[in-house]
Amino acid sequence: MTRMSATRGLCMRTMMELDQSCSVLREYGSEQSLLSKPDGSSTFVQGDTSILAGVYGPAEVKVSKEIYDRATVEVLIQPKMGLPGVRERAREQCVRETCEAALLLTLHPRSSVTVVLQVIHDDGSLLSCCLNAACMALMDAGLPMSHLFCGVTCAISKEGQIIIDPTARQEKECRALLTFAIDSAECNVLISSTTGSFSVQELQQCIAISQKASEQIFQFYRDSVKRRYSKIQ
Amino acid sequence: MGVVLNYGINSYISIVVLYFQSHRNTYADVVITKHIITAGKEQAAPQSAGWETALAPLTGAEDARVTSLRHCSLHAALPNIMAAGFKTAEPLEYHRSFLKENCRPDGRELGEFRPTTLNISSISTADGSALVKIGNTTVICGIKAELTMPPSDAPNKGYIVPNVDLPPLCSSRFRPGPPGEQAQSASQFIADVIESSDLINLEELCIEKSKLCWVLYCDIMCLDYDGNLLDACIIALLAALRNAQLPEATINKETDLAEVDIQKKRHLKINRHPVGSSFAVFDDSIIIVDPTAEEESLSTALLTVVTDEEDRLCAVHKPGGTSLSGEKLQHCINRAITRNKEISKLVDKVFESMKTAK
Repeated sequence: MTRMSATRGLCMRTMMELDQSCSVLREYGSEQSLLSKPDGSSTFVQGDTSILAGVYGPAEVKVSKEIYDRATVEVLIQPKMGLPGVRERAREQCVRETCEAALLLTLHPRSSVTVVLQVIHDDGSLLSCCLNAACMALMDAGLPMSHLFCGVTCAISKEGQIIIDPTARQEKECRALLTFAIDSAECNVLISSTTGSFSVQELQQCIAISQKASEQIFQFYRDSVKRRYSKIQ
Repeated sequence: MGVVLNYGINSYISIVVLYFQSHRNTYADVVITKHIITAGKEQAAPQSAGWETALAPLTGAEDARVTSLRHCSLHAALPNIMAAGFKTAEPLEYHRSFLKENCRPDGRELGEFRPTTLNISSISTADGSALVKIGNTTVICGIKAELTMPPSDAPNKGYIVPNVDLPPLCSSRFRPGPPGEQAQSASQFIADVIESSDLINLEELCIEKSKLCWVLYCDIMCLDYDGNLLDACIIALLAALRNAQLPEATINKETDLAEVDIQKKRHLKINRHPVGSSFAVFDDSIIIVDPTAEEESLSTALLTVVTDEEDRLCAVHKPGGTSLSGEKLQHCINRAITRNKEISKLVDKVFESMKTAK
Protein backbone atom coordinates (compact mmCIF):
# COMPACT_ATOMS: atom_id res chain seq x y z
CA MET A 1 0.00 0.00 0.00
CA THR A 2 3.00 2.30 0.37
CA ARG A 3 3.17 2.75 -3.36
CA MET A 4 0.29 5.21 -3.20
CA SER A 5 1.36 8.80 -2.95
CA ALA A 6 0.34 10.42 0.29
CA THR A 7 -0.58 13.73 -1.31
CA ARG A 8 -3.49 12.38 -3.30
CA GLY A 9 -6.34 11.85 -0.91
CA LEU A 10 -5.01 8.52 0.18
CA CYS A 11 -7.02 6.78 2.80
CA MET A 12 -6.62 3.50 4.43
CA ARG A 13 -8.27 1.52 7.09
CA THR A 14 -7.03 -1.66 8.54
CA MET A 15 -8.73 -4.75 9.88
CA MET A 16 -12.10 -3.90 11.19
CA GLU A 17 -13.82 -5.97 13.78
CA LEU A 18 -17.38 -7.04 13.41
CA ASP A 19 -19.32 -9.20 15.82
CA GLN A 20 -18.28 -12.49 14.33
CA SER A 21 -14.59 -13.18 14.27
CA CYS A 22 -14.81 -14.57 10.72
CA SER A 23 -16.53 -11.45 9.46
CA VAL A 24 -13.62 -9.17 8.92
CA LEU A 25 -13.08 -7.18 5.78
CA ARG A 26 -9.63 -7.42 4.32
CA GLU A 27 -7.40 -4.40 4.44
CA TYR A 28 -8.77 -1.88 1.98
CA GLY A 29 -7.74 1.44 0.56
CA SER A 30 -8.41 3.87 -2.21
CA GLU A 31 -6.95 6.73 -4.13
CA GLN A 32 -8.90 9.35 -6.09
CA SER A 33 -8.14 11.56 -9.12
CA LEU A 34 -5.06 9.68 -10.13
CA LEU A 35 -5.78 9.86 -13.86
CA SER A 36 -5.71 13.18 -15.70
CA LYS A 37 -8.03 12.56 -18.66
CA PRO A 38 -11.20 11.20 -17.07
CA ASP A 39 -13.58 13.52 -15.22
CA GLY A 40 -13.27 11.31 -12.19
CA SER A 41 -11.04 8.37 -11.35
CA SER A 42 -10.18 6.10 -8.47
CA THR A 43 -8.51 2.88 -7.51
CA PHE A 44 -10.00 0.60 -4.91
CA VAL A 45 -7.94 -2.11 -3.29
CA GLN A 46 -9.45 -4.86 -1.15
CA GLY A 47 -6.72 -7.22 0.00
CA ASP A 48 -5.04 -8.20 -3.24
CA THR A 49 -8.05 -7.38 -5.41
CA SER A 50 -7.53 -4.09 -7.15
CA ILE A 51 -9.69 -2.09 -9.59
CA LEU A 52 -8.92 1.11 -11.44
CA ALA A 53 -11.99 3.16 -12.36
CA GLY A 54 -12.46 6.14 -14.65
CA VAL A 55 -15.63 8.17 -15.21
CA TYR A 56 -16.33 10.31 -18.27
CA GLY A 57 -19.39 12.47 -18.12
CA PRO A 58 -21.72 14.10 -18.51
CA ALA A 59 -20.54 14.07 -22.12
CA GLU A 60 -21.99 13.83 -25.59
CA VAL A 61 -23.96 10.69 -26.34
CA LYS A 62 -24.37 8.60 -29.47
CA VAL A 63 -27.71 9.40 -31.10
CA SER A 64 -28.76 5.74 -31.00
CA LYS A 65 -28.24 5.62 -27.23
CA GLU A 66 -29.73 9.00 -26.45
CA ILE A 67 -32.54 9.10 -23.88
CA TYR A 68 -34.62 12.25 -24.07
CA ASP A 69 -35.20 12.82 -20.37
CA ARG A 70 -32.08 11.47 -18.68
CA ALA A 71 -28.45 10.59 -19.14
CA THR A 72 -27.36 7.23 -20.57
CA VAL A 73 -25.06 5.25 -18.30
CA GLU A 74 -22.50 2.91 -19.80
CA VAL A 75 -20.27 0.63 -17.78
CA LEU A 76 -17.29 -1.19 -19.26
CA ILE A 77 -15.37 -3.80 -17.31
CA GLN A 78 -11.99 -4.66 -18.76
CA PRO A 79 -10.58 -7.96 -17.50
CA LYS A 80 -6.91 -8.31 -16.64
CA MET A 81 -6.31 -10.54 -19.63
CA GLY A 82 -8.19 -11.08 -22.88
CA LEU A 83 -11.46 -9.63 -24.04
CA PRO A 84 -14.53 -9.08 -21.88
CA GLY A 85 -16.85 -12.10 -22.00
CA VAL A 86 -20.34 -13.03 -20.89
CA ARG A 87 -19.36 -12.92 -17.19
CA GLU A 88 -18.12 -9.36 -17.55
CA ARG A 89 -21.37 -8.40 -19.31
CA ALA A 90 -23.38 -9.71 -16.36
CA ARG A 91 -21.18 -7.74 -13.96
CA GLU A 92 -21.44 -4.64 -16.13
CA GLN A 93 -25.21 -4.88 -15.99
CA CYS A 94 -25.13 -5.03 -12.18
CA VAL A 95 -22.79 -2.06 -11.84
CA ARG A 96 -24.66 -0.04 -14.46
CA GLU A 97 -28.06 -0.50 -12.84
CA THR A 98 -26.61 0.37 -9.44
CA CYS A 99 -25.09 3.56 -10.85
CA GLU A 100 -28.38 4.38 -12.59
CA ALA A 101 -30.26 4.07 -9.31
CA ALA A 102 -27.76 6.26 -7.45
CA LEU A 103 -27.11 9.01 -10.00
CA LEU A 104 -29.59 11.83 -10.53
CA LEU A 105 -29.67 11.24 -14.26
CA THR A 106 -32.58 13.53 -15.01
CA LEU A 107 -30.30 16.49 -14.32
CA HIS A 108 -28.31 15.68 -17.46
CA PRO A 109 -30.76 14.72 -20.20
CA ARG A 110 -29.41 13.66 -23.57
CA SER A 111 -25.88 13.05 -22.33
CA SER A 112 -23.76 10.08 -21.40
CA VAL A 113 -21.94 8.92 -18.29
CA THR A 114 -19.32 6.28 -18.98
CA VAL A 115 -17.71 4.27 -16.20
CA VAL A 116 -14.66 2.26 -17.20
CA LEU A 117 -13.44 -0.35 -14.72
CA GLN A 118 -10.06 -1.94 -15.30
CA VAL A 119 -9.33 -5.08 -13.30
CA ILE A 120 -5.74 -4.78 -12.04
CA HIS A 121 -5.79 -7.95 -9.98
CA ASP A 122 -8.52 -10.39 -9.02
CA ASP A 123 -8.21 -12.07 -5.65
CA GLY A 124 -11.88 -12.60 -4.88
CA SER A 125 -14.82 -10.25 -4.20
CA LEU A 126 -14.33 -8.70 -7.63
CA LEU A 127 -17.87 -7.43 -8.12
CA SER A 128 -17.97 -5.66 -4.76
CA CYS A 129 -14.58 -4.09 -5.45
CA CYS A 130 -15.89 -2.91 -8.86
CA LEU A 131 -18.88 -1.29 -7.15
CA ASN A 132 -16.72 0.46 -4.57
CA ALA A 133 -14.29 1.72 -7.20
CA ALA A 134 -17.18 2.95 -9.36
CA CYS A 135 -18.74 4.83 -6.45
CA MET A 136 -15.43 6.47 -5.52
CA ALA A 137 -14.88 7.50 -9.14
CA LEU A 138 -18.41 8.94 -9.43
CA MET A 139 -17.82 10.93 -6.26
CA ASP A 140 -14.53 12.17 -7.68
CA ALA A 141 -16.25 13.22 -10.90
CA GLY A 142 -18.64 15.28 -8.79
CA LEU A 143 -21.78 13.83 -10.36
CA PRO A 144 -24.96 14.46 -8.36
CA MET A 145 -26.14 11.31 -6.63
CA SER A 146 -29.15 10.59 -4.45
CA HIS A 147 -27.14 8.20 -2.28
CA LEU A 148 -23.81 6.39 -2.23
CA PHE A 149 -23.45 2.66 -2.61
CA CYS A 150 -20.92 0.00 -1.74
CA GLY A 151 -20.48 -3.67 -2.48
CA VAL A 152 -19.93 -6.45 0.02
CA THR A 153 -19.29 -10.10 -0.82
CA CYS A 154 -20.06 -12.93 1.59
CA ALA A 155 -19.05 -16.55 1.17
CA ILE A 156 -20.72 -19.41 3.01
CA SER A 157 -18.21 -22.18 3.67
CA LYS A 158 -19.08 -25.87 3.59
CA GLU A 159 -19.38 -25.83 7.39
CA GLY A 160 -21.92 -23.02 7.19
CA GLN A 161 -19.55 -20.32 8.37
CA ILE A 162 -20.00 -16.90 6.78
CA ILE A 163 -16.81 -15.35 5.50
CA ILE A 164 -16.97 -11.70 4.54
CA ASP A 165 -14.86 -10.32 1.69
CA PRO A 166 -13.43 -13.72 0.67
CA THR A 167 -10.20 -14.27 -1.26
CA ALA A 168 -10.22 -16.14 -4.58
CA ARG A 169 -9.24 -19.32 -2.76
CA GLN A 170 -12.03 -18.99 -0.22
CA GLU A 171 -14.45 -18.32 -3.07
CA LYS A 172 -13.43 -21.54 -4.76
CA GLU A 173 -13.85 -23.63 -1.63
CA CYS A 174 -17.14 -22.12 -0.48
CA ARG A 175 -20.63 -23.55 -0.91
CA ALA A 176 -22.31 -20.27 -1.80
CA LEU A 177 -21.19 -16.80 -2.73
CA LEU A 178 -23.40 -13.74 -2.29
CA THR A 179 -22.65 -10.20 -3.39
CA PHE A 180 -24.80 -7.28 -2.29
CA ALA A 181 -24.74 -3.61 -3.04
CA ILE A 182 -26.00 -1.55 -0.13
CA ASP A 183 -27.20 2.05 -0.36
CA SER A 184 -26.06 4.66 2.13
CA ALA A 185 -29.50 6.21 2.70
CA GLU A 186 -31.43 3.31 4.19
CA CYS A 187 -28.85 0.51 4.13
CA ASN A 188 -31.13 -1.55 1.90
CA VAL A 189 -30.11 -4.06 -0.74
CA LEU A 190 -29.61 -2.48 -4.17
CA ILE A 191 -28.31 -5.49 -6.05
CA SER A 192 -28.01 -9.09 -5.14
CA SER A 193 -26.04 -11.58 -7.15
CA THR A 194 -25.59 -15.10 -5.85
CA THR A 195 -24.15 -18.45 -6.78
CA GLY A 196 -24.54 -21.71 -4.91
CA SER A 197 -27.47 -22.81 -2.77
CA PHE A 198 -28.27 -21.52 0.68
CA SER A 199 -31.19 -21.27 3.07
CA VAL A 200 -33.39 -18.23 3.62
CA GLN A 201 -31.92 -17.80 7.09
CA GLU A 202 -28.38 -17.75 5.69
CA LEU A 203 -29.44 -15.13 3.17
CA GLN A 204 -30.87 -12.87 5.85
CA GLN A 205 -27.73 -13.38 7.95
CA CYS A 206 -25.50 -12.43 5.03
CA ILE A 207 -27.59 -9.32 4.34
CA ALA A 208 -27.33 -8.27 7.99
CA ILE A 209 -23.55 -8.76 8.01
CA SER A 210 -23.19 -6.89 4.73
CA GLN A 211 -25.26 -4.00 6.06
CA LYS A 212 -23.01 -3.81 9.07
CA ALA A 213 -19.87 -3.92 6.96
CA SER A 214 -21.29 -1.30 4.60
CA GLU A 215 -21.44 1.22 7.45
CA GLN A 216 -17.67 0.94 7.79
CA ILE A 217 -17.16 1.42 4.08
CA PHE A 218 -19.43 4.47 4.02
CA GLN A 219 -17.48 5.91 6.92
CA PHE A 220 -14.34 5.27 4.90
CA TYR A 221 -15.87 7.13 1.92
CA ARG A 222 -16.66 10.08 4.17
CA ASP A 223 -13.21 10.11 5.74
CA SER A 224 -11.50 9.98 2.37
CA VAL A 225 -13.57 12.85 0.98
CA LYS A 226 -13.01 14.87 4.14
CA ARG A 227 -9.29 14.31 4.04
CA ARG A 228 -9.10 15.16 0.38
CA TYR A 229 -10.95 18.44 0.54
CA SER A 230 -9.27 19.55 3.75
CA LYS A 231 -5.97 19.28 1.88
CA ILE A 232 -7.14 21.53 -0.95
CA GLN A 233 -7.88 24.41 1.41
CA MET B 1 -62.58 25.59 -38.85
CA GLY B 2 -59.51 23.79 -37.69
CA VAL B 3 -58.51 21.05 -35.34
CA VAL B 4 -55.23 20.82 -33.56
CA LEU B 5 -54.30 17.26 -32.85
CA ASN B 6 -51.12 17.00 -30.95
CA TYR B 7 -50.61 13.29 -30.64
CA GLY B 8 -46.91 12.88 -30.20
CA ILE B 9 -44.59 10.23 -28.96
CA ASN B 10 -44.16 9.66 -25.23
CA SER B 11 -42.24 12.86 -24.85
CA TYR B 12 -45.39 14.87 -25.19
CA ILE B 13 -46.81 15.31 -21.76
CA SER B 14 -50.21 16.34 -22.87
CA ILE B 15 -52.45 15.58 -25.74
CA VAL B 16 -54.52 18.53 -26.68
CA VAL B 17 -57.33 18.32 -29.12
CA LEU B 18 -59.02 21.55 -29.80
CA TYR B 19 -61.95 21.92 -32.03
CA PHE B 20 -62.65 25.41 -33.25
CA GLN B 21 -65.77 26.50 -34.92
CA SER B 22 -64.98 30.03 -35.82
CA HIS B 23 -68.29 31.30 -37.16
CA ARG B 24 -70.31 30.07 -34.19
CA ASN B 25 -67.57 30.93 -31.73
CA THR B 26 -67.94 27.71 -29.74
CA TYR B 27 -65.32 25.07 -29.15
CA ALA B 28 -64.90 21.64 -27.76
CA ASP B 29 -61.73 20.54 -26.13
CA VAL B 30 -60.32 17.29 -24.95
CA VAL B 31 -57.37 17.76 -22.72
CA ILE B 32 -55.40 14.91 -21.29
CA THR B 33 -52.92 16.16 -18.79
CA LYS B 34 -50.94 14.48 -16.10
CA HIS B 35 -53.84 13.59 -13.87
CA ILE B 36 -57.05 14.72 -15.43
CA ILE B 37 -59.04 13.65 -18.41
CA THR B 38 -61.68 16.08 -19.35
CA ALA B 39 -63.96 16.26 -22.30
CA GLY B 40 -65.96 19.41 -22.66
CA LYS B 41 -68.81 20.52 -24.90
CA GLU B 42 -68.65 17.47 -27.07
CA GLN B 43 -72.10 18.15 -28.46
CA ALA B 44 -70.89 21.32 -30.10
CA ALA B 45 -69.25 19.26 -32.78
CA PRO B 46 -71.51 18.70 -35.76
CA GLN B 47 -72.45 15.11 -36.67
CA SER B 48 -70.12 15.06 -39.62
CA ALA B 49 -67.13 15.94 -37.52
CA GLY B 50 -65.12 12.72 -37.64
CA TRP B 51 -61.40 12.80 -37.28
CA GLU B 52 -61.19 13.37 -40.98
CA THR B 53 -61.57 17.03 -40.26
CA ALA B 54 -58.33 16.90 -38.37
CA LEU B 55 -56.60 16.93 -41.71
CA ALA B 56 -58.04 20.25 -42.76
CA PRO B 57 -55.44 22.98 -43.11
CA LEU B 58 -54.37 23.92 -39.64
CA THR B 59 -54.28 27.53 -38.77
CA GLY B 60 -51.94 28.72 -36.11
CA ALA B 61 -50.78 25.22 -35.32
CA GLU B 62 -47.90 24.57 -37.67
CA ASP B 63 -46.10 22.35 -35.22
CA ALA B 64 -49.02 20.05 -34.55
CA ARG B 65 -48.63 16.42 -35.41
CA VAL B 66 -51.49 14.63 -37.06
CA THR B 67 -51.64 10.87 -36.83
CA SER B 68 -53.74 8.26 -38.48
CA LEU B 69 -56.88 8.60 -36.47
CA ARG B 70 -58.85 9.77 -39.46
CA HIS B 71 -61.64 7.30 -39.92
CA CYS B 72 -63.15 6.96 -36.51
CA SER B 73 -65.96 9.15 -35.45
CA LEU B 74 -65.28 11.48 -32.56
CA HIS B 75 -68.36 10.39 -30.65
CA ALA B 76 -67.97 6.64 -30.79
CA ALA B 77 -64.24 6.40 -30.34
CA LEU B 78 -63.65 9.03 -27.72
CA PRO B 79 -63.46 6.80 -24.59
CA ASN B 80 -61.14 4.33 -26.35
CA ILE B 81 -58.95 7.02 -27.75
CA MET B 82 -58.71 8.61 -24.37
CA ALA B 83 -57.75 5.35 -22.65
CA ALA B 84 -55.22 4.54 -25.34
CA GLY B 85 -54.00 8.11 -25.35
CA PHE B 86 -53.64 8.12 -21.60
CA LYS B 87 -51.67 4.89 -21.83
CA THR B 88 -49.39 6.30 -24.52
CA ALA B 89 -48.88 9.69 -22.97
CA GLU B 90 -48.57 8.68 -19.33
CA PRO B 91 -47.85 4.95 -19.16
CA LEU B 92 -46.62 5.10 -15.57
CA GLU B 93 -49.67 7.03 -14.36
CA TYR B 94 -51.86 4.57 -16.27
CA HIS B 95 -50.31 1.62 -14.43
CA ARG B 96 -50.40 3.42 -11.08
CA SER B 97 -54.13 4.01 -11.40
CA PHE B 98 -54.59 0.23 -11.65
CA LEU B 99 -52.09 -0.63 -8.91
CA LYS B 100 -53.91 1.74 -6.57
CA GLU B 101 -56.91 -0.57 -6.87
CA ASN B 102 -54.74 -3.66 -6.27
CA CYS B 103 -55.06 -4.93 -9.80
CA ARG B 104 -53.19 -4.67 -13.07
CA PRO B 105 -54.15 -3.55 -16.60
CA ASP B 106 -54.48 -7.17 -17.76
CA GLY B 107 -56.88 -7.97 -14.94
CA ARG B 108 -54.46 -9.86 -12.72
CA GLU B 109 -53.97 -9.35 -9.03
CA LEU B 110 -50.57 -8.15 -7.82
CA GLY B 111 -49.43 -11.63 -6.75
CA GLU B 112 -50.87 -13.54 -9.69
CA PHE B 113 -48.84 -15.22 -12.41
CA ARG B 114 -50.04 -15.39 -15.98
CA PRO B 115 -51.27 -18.79 -17.16
CA THR B 116 -48.24 -20.99 -17.71
CA THR B 117 -48.30 -23.74 -20.29
CA LEU B 118 -45.69 -26.36 -21.01
CA ASN B 119 -45.14 -28.67 -23.92
CA ILE B 120 -42.34 -31.21 -24.10
CA SER B 121 -40.70 -33.01 -27.01
CA SER B 122 -41.67 -30.08 -29.21
CA ILE B 123 -38.60 -30.49 -31.44
CA SER B 124 -38.31 -34.06 -32.64
CA THR B 125 -34.77 -33.64 -33.97
CA ALA B 126 -33.37 -32.44 -30.64
CA ASP B 127 -32.24 -34.79 -27.88
CA GLY B 128 -34.60 -33.04 -25.53
CA SER B 129 -36.86 -30.03 -25.87
CA ALA B 130 -39.59 -28.05 -24.23
CA LEU B 131 -41.77 -25.06 -25.04
CA VAL B 132 -43.00 -22.79 -22.30
CA LYS B 133 -45.55 -20.02 -22.46
CA ILE B 134 -46.12 -17.59 -19.63
CA GLY B 135 -48.90 -15.39 -20.92
CA ASN B 136 -47.57 -14.14 -24.24
CA THR B 137 -43.94 -14.84 -23.44
CA THR B 138 -42.89 -17.89 -25.40
CA VAL B 139 -39.58 -19.65 -24.91
CA ILE B 140 -38.34 -22.81 -26.55
CA CYS B 141 -35.40 -24.86 -25.35
CA GLY B 142 -33.62 -27.52 -27.35
CA ILE B 143 -30.87 -29.76 -26.05
CA LYS B 144 -28.18 -31.17 -28.23
CA ALA B 145 -25.77 -33.72 -26.81
CA GLU B 146 -22.36 -34.10 -28.40
CA LEU B 147 -19.36 -36.25 -27.59
CA THR B 148 -16.19 -34.41 -26.75
CA MET B 149 -13.00 -34.43 -24.69
CA PRO B 150 -13.49 -33.55 -21.02
CA PRO B 151 -12.05 -30.20 -19.97
CA SER B 152 -8.46 -30.54 -18.71
CA ASP B 153 -9.22 -28.96 -15.31
CA ALA B 154 -12.01 -31.46 -14.60
CA PRO B 155 -11.16 -34.68 -16.48
CA ASN B 156 -13.95 -36.70 -14.83
CA LYS B 157 -16.76 -34.31 -15.71
CA GLY B 158 -18.84 -33.40 -18.71
CA TYR B 159 -20.24 -29.95 -19.14
CA ILE B 160 -23.35 -27.96 -20.00
CA VAL B 161 -23.35 -24.92 -22.27
CA PRO B 162 -26.51 -22.83 -21.91
CA ASN B 163 -27.24 -20.06 -24.36
CA VAL B 164 -30.14 -17.65 -24.36
CA ASP B 165 -30.99 -16.12 -27.70
CA LEU B 166 -33.18 -13.05 -28.07
CA PRO B 167 -33.71 -12.72 -31.82
CA PRO B 168 -35.24 -9.60 -33.40
CA LEU B 169 -38.32 -11.74 -34.05
CA CYS B 170 -39.39 -11.76 -30.42
CA SER B 171 -39.51 -8.03 -29.84
CA SER B 172 -38.70 -4.79 -31.57
CA ARG B 173 -36.31 -3.93 -28.77
CA PHE B 174 -33.79 -6.50 -29.98
CA ARG B 175 -31.67 -5.84 -33.02
CA PRO B 176 -30.00 -8.36 -35.29
CA GLY B 177 -26.31 -8.97 -34.74
CA PRO B 178 -24.25 -10.27 -31.85
CA PRO B 179 -26.17 -10.99 -28.62
CA GLY B 180 -26.99 -7.90 -26.62
CA GLU B 181 -26.43 -7.25 -22.95
CA GLN B 182 -29.74 -8.73 -21.86
CA ALA B 183 -29.19 -11.98 -23.77
CA GLN B 184 -25.68 -12.30 -22.38
CA SER B 185 -26.66 -11.64 -18.80
CA ALA B 186 -29.57 -14.09 -19.15
CA SER B 187 -27.14 -16.76 -20.44
CA GLN B 188 -24.83 -16.11 -17.53
CA PHE B 189 -27.74 -16.28 -15.10
CA ILE B 190 -28.92 -19.63 -16.49
CA ALA B 191 -25.34 -20.96 -16.29
CA ASP B 192 -25.16 -19.81 -12.66
CA VAL B 193 -28.48 -21.47 -11.85
CA ILE B 194 -27.33 -24.77 -13.37
CA GLU B 195 -24.12 -24.62 -11.39
CA SER B 196 -25.53 -23.50 -8.07
CA SER B 197 -28.61 -25.72 -8.04
CA ASP B 198 -26.54 -28.83 -8.80
CA LEU B 199 -29.18 -29.69 -11.40
CA ILE B 200 -27.20 -32.51 -12.99
CA ASN B 201 -24.28 -34.43 -11.61
CA LEU B 202 -21.64 -33.51 -14.17
CA GLU B 203 -19.64 -36.63 -13.38
CA GLU B 204 -22.47 -38.67 -14.88
CA LEU B 205 -21.86 -36.98 -18.21
CA CYS B 206 -18.33 -38.38 -18.28
CA ILE B 207 -17.97 -41.60 -20.22
CA GLU B 208 -14.24 -42.26 -19.91
CA LYS B 209 -12.00 -40.17 -17.72
CA SER B 210 -10.01 -37.54 -19.69
CA LYS B 211 -11.04 -39.21 -22.95
CA LEU B 212 -14.73 -38.88 -23.63
CA CYS B 213 -17.68 -37.04 -22.16
CA TRP B 214 -21.00 -35.53 -23.13
CA VAL B 215 -21.46 -31.84 -23.65
CA LEU B 216 -25.05 -30.63 -23.49
CA TYR B 217 -25.77 -27.55 -25.55
CA CYS B 218 -28.94 -26.01 -24.14
CA ASP B 219 -30.15 -23.47 -26.63
CA ILE B 220 -32.96 -21.37 -25.28
CA MET B 221 -34.69 -19.15 -27.78
CA CYS B 222 -37.30 -16.57 -27.08
CA LEU B 223 -40.07 -16.53 -29.69
CA ASP B 224 -42.24 -13.87 -28.14
CA TYR B 225 -40.95 -11.44 -25.54
CA ASP B 226 -43.51 -10.13 -23.11
CA GLY B 227 -41.54 -9.94 -19.89
CA ASN B 228 -40.43 -12.48 -17.31
CA LEU B 229 -37.89 -14.11 -19.60
CA LEU B 230 -35.83 -15.72 -16.84
CA ASP B 231 -38.69 -17.69 -15.28
CA ALA B 232 -39.71 -19.04 -18.66
CA CYS B 233 -36.09 -19.95 -19.48
CA ILE B 234 -35.62 -21.90 -16.25
CA ILE B 235 -38.85 -23.88 -16.71
CA ALA B 236 -37.97 -24.60 -20.34
CA LEU B 237 -34.46 -25.70 -19.40
CA LEU B 238 -35.65 -27.95 -16.59
CA ALA B 239 -38.34 -29.59 -18.70
CA ALA B 240 -36.00 -30.04 -21.67
CA LEU B 241 -33.32 -31.63 -19.49
CA ARG B 242 -35.90 -33.98 -17.96
CA ASN B 243 -37.09 -34.78 -21.46
CA ALA B 244 -33.58 -35.39 -22.85
CA GLN B 245 -32.44 -38.90 -23.62
CA LEU B 246 -28.81 -39.78 -24.24
CA PRO B 247 -27.77 -42.85 -26.22
CA GLU B 248 -25.31 -45.21 -24.64
CA ALA B 249 -21.74 -44.39 -25.62
CA THR B 250 -18.62 -46.46 -25.11
CA ILE B 251 -15.04 -46.33 -26.22
CA ASN B 252 -13.97 -49.21 -28.39
CA LYS B 253 -10.79 -50.53 -26.75
CA GLU B 254 -9.25 -51.70 -30.03
CA THR B 255 -9.82 -48.72 -32.26
CA ASP B 256 -9.97 -46.13 -29.42
CA LEU B 257 -12.98 -44.55 -31.10
CA ALA B 258 -16.33 -43.70 -29.59
CA GLU B 259 -19.25 -45.96 -30.35
CA VAL B 260 -22.84 -44.94 -29.86
CA ASP B 261 -25.72 -47.33 -29.43
CA ILE B 262 -28.80 -45.40 -30.51
CA GLN B 263 -31.10 -48.25 -29.48
CA LYS B 264 -30.22 -47.92 -25.82
CA LYS B 265 -31.29 -44.52 -24.59
CA ARG B 266 -31.57 -43.33 -21.03
CA HIS B 267 -32.86 -40.24 -19.32
CA LEU B 268 -30.61 -37.87 -17.45
CA LYS B 269 -30.73 -37.97 -13.69
CA ILE B 270 -32.06 -34.63 -12.46
CA ASN B 271 -31.01 -33.97 -8.86
CA ARG B 272 -32.92 -30.80 -8.10
CA HIS B 273 -35.82 -28.88 -9.55
CA PRO B 274 -35.07 -25.18 -9.50
CA VAL B 275 -37.95 -22.83 -10.34
CA GLY B 276 -37.66 -19.09 -10.66
CA SER B 277 -40.10 -16.34 -9.76
CA SER B 278 -39.64 -12.81 -11.01
CA PHE B 279 -40.87 -9.68 -9.32
CA ALA B 280 -41.01 -6.06 -10.35
CA VAL B 281 -40.97 -3.15 -7.92
CA PHE B 282 -43.16 -0.15 -8.72
CA ASP B 283 -42.46 3.23 -7.12
CA ASP B 284 -39.98 1.65 -4.69
CA SER B 285 -42.79 0.01 -2.71
CA ILE B 286 -45.39 -1.99 -4.66
CA ILE B 287 -44.24 -5.47 -5.61
CA ILE B 288 -45.89 -7.32 -8.47
CA VAL B 289 -45.09 -10.81 -9.68
CA ASP B 290 -44.54 -12.00 -13.24
CA PRO B 291 -44.20 -8.56 -14.90
CA THR B 292 -45.06 -8.10 -18.56
CA ALA B 293 -42.56 -6.36 -20.87
CA GLU B 294 -44.33 -3.06 -20.32
CA GLU B 295 -44.36 -3.43 -16.56
CA GLU B 296 -40.69 -4.39 -16.64
CA SER B 297 -39.73 -1.24 -18.48
CA LEU B 298 -41.76 0.99 -16.15
CA SER B 299 -40.70 -0.64 -12.91
CA THR B 300 -37.91 0.73 -10.75
CA ALA B 301 -36.33 -2.63 -9.93
CA LEU B 302 -36.51 -6.30 -10.91
CA LEU B 303 -35.85 -9.34 -8.77
CA THR B 304 -35.65 -13.02 -9.59
CA VAL B 305 -35.64 -15.64 -6.84
CA VAL B 306 -34.83 -19.25 -7.71
CA THR B 307 -35.73 -21.95 -5.20
CA ASP B 308 -35.52 -25.72 -5.30
CA GLU B 309 -38.00 -28.29 -4.02
CA GLU B 310 -36.39 -28.32 -0.56
CA ASP B 311 -37.09 -24.58 -0.23
CA ARG B 312 -33.41 -23.73 -0.48
CA LEU B 313 -32.45 -20.70 -2.48
CA CYS B 314 -30.38 -21.23 -5.62
CA ALA B 315 -30.23 -17.62 -6.71
CA VAL B 316 -31.43 -14.25 -5.52
CA HIS B 317 -30.77 -12.12 -8.54
CA LYS B 318 -31.45 -8.43 -8.34
CA PRO B 319 -29.52 -6.72 -11.11
CA GLY B 320 -29.89 -3.20 -9.80
CA GLY B 321 -32.61 -0.63 -9.50
CA THR B 322 -33.98 0.80 -6.30
CA SER B 323 -33.32 -0.76 -2.93
CA LEU B 324 -35.41 -3.42 -1.26
CA SER B 325 -35.80 -4.00 2.47
CA GLY B 326 -35.29 -7.36 4.17
CA GLU B 327 -39.01 -7.85 4.84
CA LYS B 328 -39.98 -7.23 1.23
CA LEU B 329 -37.34 -9.73 0.18
CA GLN B 330 -38.74 -12.29 2.59
CA HIS B 331 -42.20 -11.72 1.12
CA CYS B 332 -40.83 -12.40 -2.37
CA ILE B 333 -39.04 -15.55 -1.21
CA ASN B 334 -42.25 -16.90 0.33
CA ARG B 335 -44.10 -16.32 -2.93
CA ALA B 336 -41.26 -18.01 -4.83
CA ILE B 337 -41.56 -21.09 -2.64
CA THR B 338 -45.27 -21.47 -3.40
CA ARG B 339 -44.57 -20.84 -7.09
CA ASN B 340 -42.03 -23.66 -7.04
CA LYS B 341 -44.74 -26.07 -5.88
CA GLU B 342 -47.14 -24.88 -8.59
CA ILE B 343 -44.58 -25.32 -11.35
CA SER B 344 -43.28 -28.66 -10.05
CA LYS B 345 -46.85 -29.91 -10.16
CA LEU B 346 -47.26 -28.63 -13.73
CA VAL B 347 -44.03 -30.24 -14.93
CA ASP B 348 -44.88 -33.55 -13.24
CA LYS B 349 -48.34 -33.49 -14.76
CA VAL B 350 -46.98 -32.93 -18.28
CA PHE B 351 -44.47 -35.77 -17.94
CA GLU B 352 -47.16 -38.02 -16.49
CA SER B 353 -49.46 -37.31 -19.45
CA MET B 354 -46.60 -38.10 -21.85
CA LYS B 355 -46.11 -41.47 -20.18
CA THR B 356 -49.78 -42.38 -20.41
CA ALA B 357 -49.94 -41.19 -24.02
CA LYS B 358 -47.23 -43.66 -24.93
